[in-house]
Amino acid sequence: MKLTKKQRVIVSAILVFLSFILKELKLNIFKVEYYYYQDYGFVITLPNVIMVMSTIISGITIFKNAFNALRYKLVSIELLVSIAVIGAFIIGEYWEAAAVTFLFLLGAFLESITIDKTRKSIKDLLDSSPKIIRILDNGREKLLNPSDVKVGDIVIVKPGEQIGVDGIILEGKAYLNQASITGESMPVFKEENGTVYSGTFIESGYLIIKATKVGKDTTFSKILEVVEEAQDKKARVQRYIEKFSKYYTPGIIILAITFFIITRDLRLSLTLLVIACPGALVLSTPMAVVSAIGNGAKHGILVKGGETLELIGKAKVVAFDKTGTLTVGKPIVTKVRGIGVSTDEVLKISAILETYSEHPLAQAIIKKASEKLGKIDEVPTKTNLIIGKGIAGVYQNKHYLLGNYRLFTNLKIDYEIKEYIAQEESRGQTVILLQEEEQIIGVISLSDEIREESKQLIKSLKKMGIKKVVMLTGDNPLFANYLSQILGIDEYYAELMPDEKVDKLQELQRKYGLTIMVGDGINDAPALTLADIGIAIGGSGNDVSMEIADMVLMSDNIGKLTHGIGLSRKMIKIIKQNITFALVIAFGLLLGVIVQKVNLSLGMLIHELSVIIVLLNSLRLLRYRVDSITA
Amino acid sequence: MQKVIFQLETLTCPSCMAKIQTALQKTKGVLEAEVLFNSSRARVTFDEEQISSKDLIAVIEKLGFKVIGEK
Repeated sequence: MKLTKKQRVIVSAILVFLSFILKELKLNIFKVEYYYYQDYGFVITLPNVIMVMSTIISGITIFKNAFNALRYKLVSIELLVSIAVIGAFIIGEYWEAAAVTFLFLLGAFLESITIDKTRKSIKDLLDSSPKIIRILDNGREKLLNPSDVKVGDIVIVKPGEQIGVDGIILEGKAYLNQASITGESMPVFKEENGTVYSGTFIESGYLIIKATKVGKDTTFSKILEVVEEAQDKKARVQRYIEKFSKYYTPGIIILAITFFIITRDLRLSLTLLVIACPGALVLSTPMAVVSAIGNGAKHGILVKGGETLELIGKAKVVAFDKTGTLTVGKPIVTKVRGIGVSTDEVLKISAILETYSEHPLAQAIIKKASEKLGKIDEVPTKTNLIIGKGIAGVYQNKHYLLGNYRLFTNLKIDYEIKEYIAQEESRGQTVILLQEEEQIIGVISLSDEIREESKQLIKSLKKMGIKKVVMLTGDNPLFANYLSQILGIDEYYAELMPDEKVDKLQELQRKYGLTIMVGDGINDAPALTLADIGIAIGGSGNDVSMEIADMVLMSDNIGKLTHGIGLSRKMIKIIKQNITFALVIAFGLLLGVIVQKVNLSLGMLIHELSVIIVLLNSLRLLRYRVDSITA
Repeated sequence: MQKVIFQLETLTCPSCMAKIQTALQKTKGVLEAEVLFNSSRARVTFDEEQISSKDLIAVIEKLGFKVIGEK
């Protein structure tokens, strides 16, 4: 008769319960006594028969496993339990034997359910990879396995469906749920030329996509790979625990044997065997790590393993890269001044002059102009690019110059305007002048856009007890200074080359201790690698940062950093609770057994309960969210 | 020398992990064996002249654990 785990537990439970009632009622019916020599023999009663049956049903797999392991000369926990059960039979403790095997079976069953639950968020993630992809093949729709799709294939995705490739939108508009990649469940609007990622879903709309990355190369596959690897990268504590338990079990076995030799008390020695496996202690860390990694993955935070998670919460310094990290990395127009003309006029003429320019500053001006004045269709009659300086052009028969200072060296600029420019520059602004014929008519200030979440993030970090928040940048000190003041950054270091960033970082580590480096992974790879913990932001589509960083924030939302730090701290706390609890229980049990207050079945019950409590405690991490004080 | 990763049925007790790991390590021809508890995998480096991955699967299955996949 083949029973599933669950059926076996249920059958054993019924039998154990039945025999317990019969035992308590002292219904020794069908009593058969058989003595083979004086007082030695069996007393067979109905309850005893049921107890033996129960022991066999719940214990058969335990005995089998014990025997199999023994063939490899391995002492397994199953072997210890088997010895205890056989011993209990010898001393006539049928009830204890039945109870111990049943509790062991039940415990293992409940543990497996809880462990599955702990792993569920990771498993769900791994299972959510695209199963089927619809491609357009010679004008016909065709369904393919993800492994058969090639780069360059045209993929069609309909409402409610999952995108199976990384690619560029050729046609269509859609609202996408990118939670599987970024952890943000707010739908994102995408249209032609937009980038889409495998693993995301179309909430509404319809897209035709050209595949740029397929199969194992997609961002989503890389995430899955990292998560899969991460769950078994051990935390430091775990290594200590494994060392400890390596000696614990043999130690208890030796203790049991010694006790038996000295006291001849078989019952006591058997009970020691039952509690010889420090299950709660062994599971105290890995289950918390898995829960935390699962939590992170759900919130768009990729962690490379237990050790990283252990460290993040202990960091003393957080160092930020500037461009692309604290700032968006794209300039915007911050201020326009007209001299003798309106600001709109300045903006309009500048935008027209820049019509054909690809320069980021030009793009920023055009963007601002179209935001403020609507789309501008007029074009200049003639333009001439002066590299590194600006642009010269003709519009409505007037000659214009648009560009930085250097373009205007021959021109006399009013003292007042010079003052104004200097003031703007001291705020870290890039200043551009507009000249009409021989007259300066406008000044445009631009600067890199500060991320919305940056200020709140730095405030939260301080609240969380981070000693120093530092900014490392390759850019000029003026803007760095301005930004530090606005954001509340403690120290900044400007005009650093990538290798100087590394030196600075080492200095910070020496001075303050554990240091986190946060960057976008583009020009700060060495610093990310060297820091105690390298955290990359905007990981989607950026393979390098996913490889080198210890933790990756998949979206651009740098505010998620607080979640990462908070999660780490919560995990450390839960691990500490688990370990303390497990140790207290282990030594309590040991003591209880030695002073004979704990018998076989009670020992097993407490042991199994302690394991389950540790598991449930770890499970709490799955639901962790940053509280409102730090968010 | 060859490397193989076995996907096992879900491991739910850490002691079984130690069991599989030690059994594999004690098997002749196995150079390195590591059982990953959370992902329920076994990573084995072995000498293909002394042992095959089929034999390794047999070792794991004799201990009472199903091998689901291999790569």
